[in-house]
Amino acid sequence: MASYVQTSQAETLAPPTERYTLLGWVYKHLLSPWYNLVLTLVGGLLLYAIFKPALTWAFTGARWAVIPANLNLLMRGQYPAEEAWRLWAVIFLLALAGGYNWGVWSKTVGPALITAFAIPWLLMLVPWFSWGTRLNLLIVEAVGLVGYALGRITPKQRSQWAVYAFLAYLLAMLLLLRGLQEGHPTLPMVPTRLWGGLLLSLLLAFFGIVFSFPLGVLLALGRTAERMPAIQTISVLYIEFIRGVPLISLLFMSQVMLQLFLPEDFPQIDHMLRALAAITLFSAAYTAENVRGGLQSIPKGQYEAAASVGLNGYQTMRLIILPQALRAVIPVLVGQFIGLFKDTSLVALVGLFDLLGIARVILANPDWLGTQREVYVFIAFLYWIFSYLMSYSSRRVEEALGVGKF
Amino acid sequence: MMRGPRLYIAGLVAAMVIGMIIAACAGAAPTPVGSEEVAAPAPQQETKSTLDIVRERDKLICVGNANLPGFGFLDEQGNFSGFDVDFCRAVAAAIFGDPDKVEIRPTTAKERFTVLQSGEGDVLFRNTTWTMSRDTDLGLNFGPTTFYDGQGIMVRKDSGIQTLEDLNGASICVQTGTTTELNLADQMAARGIPYEPVVFETADEVTTAYEEGRCDAWTTDKSGLVSRQTVLKNPADHVILDVTLSKEPLGPAVRHGDDQWFDLVNWVVYATFLAEEHGITSENVDTFMDSKDPNIRKLLGLEGEFCAKVGLENDCFYNVIKMVGNYEEIYNRNLGPDTIFNLPRGLNSLYTDGGLLYAPPIR
Amino acid sequence: MHESFVAAQARPPFWRDERVLRVLSQVLVLAVVFGLLYFFYSNMMRQLRETLGIPISFEFLRQTAGFDIGESLIEYSRADTYGRAFLVGLLNTLQVAVLGIVFATLLGIIIGVMRLSTNFLVGLVAAIYVEAFRNIPLLVLLIFWAQAVFLKLPRMKEAIIWPGPTYISNRGIATPWPVPAEGWPAYRLALVAGLILALVVAYLLREQGKRTGRMPLVTLWFLVTWIGAGVVGWFAVDLTVGTPLTLDRPVLEGFNTQGGRVFSQQFMALLSGLVIYTAAFIAEVVRAGIQSVSKGQREAAYSLGLTPFQTLRLVVFPQALRVIVPPLTSQYLNLTKNSSLAIAIGYPDLFAVAGNTILNQTGRAIEVFILVMAIYLFFSLTTSLFMNIYNRRIRLVER
Repeated sequence: MASYVQTSQAETLAPPTERYTLLGWVYKHLLSPWYNLVLTLVGGLLLYAIFKPALTWAFTGARWAVIPANLNLLMRGQYPAEEAWRLWAVIFLLALAGGYNWGVWSKTVGPALITAFAIPWLLMLVPWFSWGTRLNLLIVEAVGLVGYALGRITPKQRSQWAVYAFLAYLLAMLLLLRGLQEGHPTLPMVPTRLWGGLLLSLLLAFFGIVFSFPLGVLLALGRTAERMPAIQTISVLYIEFIRGVPLISLLFMSQVMLQLFLPEDFPQIDHMLRALAAITLFSAAYTAENVRGGLQSIPKGQYEAAASVGLNGYQTMRLIILPQALRAVIPVLVGQFIGLFKDTSLVALVGLFDLLGIARVILANPDWLGTQREVYVFIAFLYWIFSYLMSYSSRRVEEALGVGKF
Repeated sequence: MMRGPRLYIAGLVAAMVIGMIIAACAGAAPTPVGSEEVAAPAPQQETKSTLDIVRERDKLICVGNANLPGFGFLDEQGNFSGFDVDFCRAVAAAIFGDPDKVEIRPTTAKERFTVLQSGEGDVLFRNTTWTMSRDTDLGLNFGPTTFYDGQGIMVRKDSGIQTLEDLNGASICVQTGTTTELNLADQMAARGIPYEPVVFETADEVTTAYEEGRCDAWTTDKSGLVSRQTVLKNPADHVILDVTLSKEPLGPAVRHGDDQWFDLVNWVVYATFLAEEHGITSENVDTFMDSKDPNIRKLLGLEGEFCAKVGLENDCFYNVIKMVGNYEEIYNRNLGPDTIFNLPRGLNSLYTDGGLLYAPPIR
Repeated sequence: MHESFVAAQARPPFWRDERVLRVLSQVLVLAVVFGLLYFFYSNMMRQLRETLGIPISFEFLRQTAGFDIGESLIEYSRADTYGRAFLVGLLNTLQVAVLGIVFATLLGIIIGVMRLSTNFLVGLVAAIYVEAFRNIPLLVLLIFWAQAVFLKLPRMKEAIIWPGPTYISNRGIATPWPVPAEGWPAYRLALVAGLILALVVAYLLREQGKRTGRMPLVTLWFLVTWIGAGVVGWFAVDLTVGTPLTLDRPVLEGFNTQGGRVFSQQFMALLSGLVIYTAAFIAEVVRAGIQSVSKGQREAAYSLGLTPFQTLRLVVFPQALRVIVPPLTSQYLNLTKNSSLAIAIGYPDLFAVAGNTILNQTGRAIEVFILVMAIYLFFSLTTSLFMNIYNRRIRLVER
């Protein structure tokens, strides 16, 4: 009998993969049962009906001249032309800091990296750009490479340098964008009312994210602090109130009423900051709910284990729970930040000249009457490409790091 | 790796603090932030006059419009220009001797009063109609009318509409939050004419909707109709009806509670009237410096201390005329025959020419 | 017990005692929050009193509004009060929200199921749809829809006429609409009676199902009974009292169509923008819900001998629903709140009427914002209340 018993485990075979020839694939996915054929026809007709007129219009009917003529307005609003080099400097620094971070955190050369380095070259192909712009893009590429190389040679024990680089970048960016004071010879102040276009949209989203994140984490901790009823109540009230009202009402309120809440001699808070305050307060409530989801996903055992090794409440949170919770909700937070970027378009309704606001100004110009389709399609495309890139890259990072898996 | 997230959070908090500090400075003029500075203002802070605030800030903030060609408009270079903007510049010229020390705070029709009320703006020049309820309820004071307007209606020539009665059942485009909207409702209700109001937030949307045929008619101040007719695709296809729905005196407004500031704005406007009356322009003003006419001498600050009565230097009106011009120059520069609007002066002529512009004397 | 054990051994100094710290930190936070609130409140009151001289009061709601509103579900004219204008805006918001939710759900389910299709082209269409609309701002979509699509439809005089007649122009869509006729009161009674009958039928079926262990399709029979009663009632009323509803057809007269029901260009733009945008999100919710039910569940159900339909109804659907419902509700709430963007395209919803026109006419920012926010909050909180109850009922019981 013993001879019939297998003593060693049989070799595990991978499940058979589905392999088709091209025709086989077409047959299976487009034609095979009769209803699939019908669906294919309907789908094809639908695509044709949508794309035929759209492409015809885009290539023959549209007056795309409106875009290059107003490209500066769309990109940076009223930011003075003679100070535009500062925006480029900000981009160079971003490439440097970004490249450095990439070099520090990821030591392999993958498709994502190649894509990232291909972006400036692709942008150079845009026919509306001047040669100066293309030269600047070349510098971006070079600076990015330098940053990446520096990152690669940074020893692993010095990884935190990447974070310092990022912080230094934040400071340098603010300094460059805003300048020192009016009339300064090299860095004259550019008041925020002149910031506009894509620049303003990106800045609002970026700082909205940066400011709302810590506030959101605190609120999430407050809401889950079951043994501190007062803090919990305040957190719940705040979160539910903010999530219950439309962002546009908060924006209107911040524009119209913020100054009423402050003492009379309080200096005037400028326009952009008011909008930013509303966006931050709004976003924090949503961040809080997402982080709370992460906190709740941590099994009770983790708390019990932490308590059993003698950690107090604060230590448990800081060392055990928060790192895991935040890691778990990264994908959700990215999704929320994309939403925030799109939501910045609402500031156009309170008179800021962000991408959408500046588009409306351009359409008011007598020279460009009737170009709504061109302008709105263009800015929709800009919003789309940024949102899509963000969600795409976050998905790649998730896959690479295995985060977001509970 | 363990340090990563923590450092990141610490970094974010630090960035937030730094950002807030910078942001706080961004709003205020460069004020030194010392501890004694913070404590000091409380006792001496009774009520700072608007003029002091403006002087301290070293610029005037003028509540304006970015969307009405001819009155307040953001051009392709990103600068504000227009009739209302020039009056803002005139006030700045009177205060600082520099018409560029003015910041236009573009507003929508809806937010303009709150911006002024909240102290964010110093004076409002934004094609704003002077009405009793605005003058009283909103806590505002209206200065001399700079532009006498009336609400009109534009229709397509081929529609055959000639009177308000012809608009029975029509769709009428109107900008929301304006007196225009109320006048339209009043006039149509008074005549018992049913119609569909189609309201929009900005003048641009109204024009677009009208041009696309969403509405049969479009109503706003006649000056606005004329100014916008020029930018329609085929201006000749449209006609402004010969009816006036309302009186629309457009002028500056300031907050209640600072009479000196109110006087200042009033007299800057009057100075432009007086300069035209006396034939003084920005070009020839210097030739009047040896004038014997006491009225001119008082206006130019050569006799008496009139500017001091509103808290300014003696050459305040001289600066207005020299740097911005008299009423006629302001009008012609923005709305006159050399512009695309070519708007006749009509009621906006001096009283000597049959118009309504009449400034009290400087005495 | 854990804490009392520690306490019995040695009391830590009070500044390290967690219970003391907990109370202290709460007191501190409360003090800061209330301090801030009081600071804001006192500043506001002082400024209102001294600078502007306008105390807070809701009296203005009784004053005459003086402006007309383009579309309204109730009778409204310029002689009505601000309060009534508020109500008009509120009803308009509700109208667009309810219709938007219905259509967005339908479209979202279709797109979500399409994305799971094995047919490549169908999946592609759905994927393009979702990726395109999820990644552009709703506001841009709405403005584009209003200005570049609906406004570019033919003018009234060249309107597209569909049989009915339905007029499609850049002023909106005018379609025939049923209006109550002489038989309506009687028919309404018949409908109520039918509803009661259907409820009784459903109750009996459910009881029978509990007894026998074979649950019949209760909802289906409920609907069949009610609709059946409705149809029978219609003919009965039509023959005895007179027709319950007549069709009011639009006629082109003067500048506009008269009669029928007009869905204005602004309304259509807002509705379609909201539906298209929200459907992209709902599609993803539906897809995730269906995918969350593992293949093993289906296979297990089949091996127990359940038919495909039973598998769907009894195994897949209840489990998918647990995943779908919470995010679906928040999409519904988003749609309702997003309808406030109507302000950008001129549809008189709550926010446009109150936060825009009324605020502008009266200058009463604080009162108007309190009212508007309270109304939106009321919607949200009621919905999340029901959501939480529902969630508690269907969630898995753990430990």
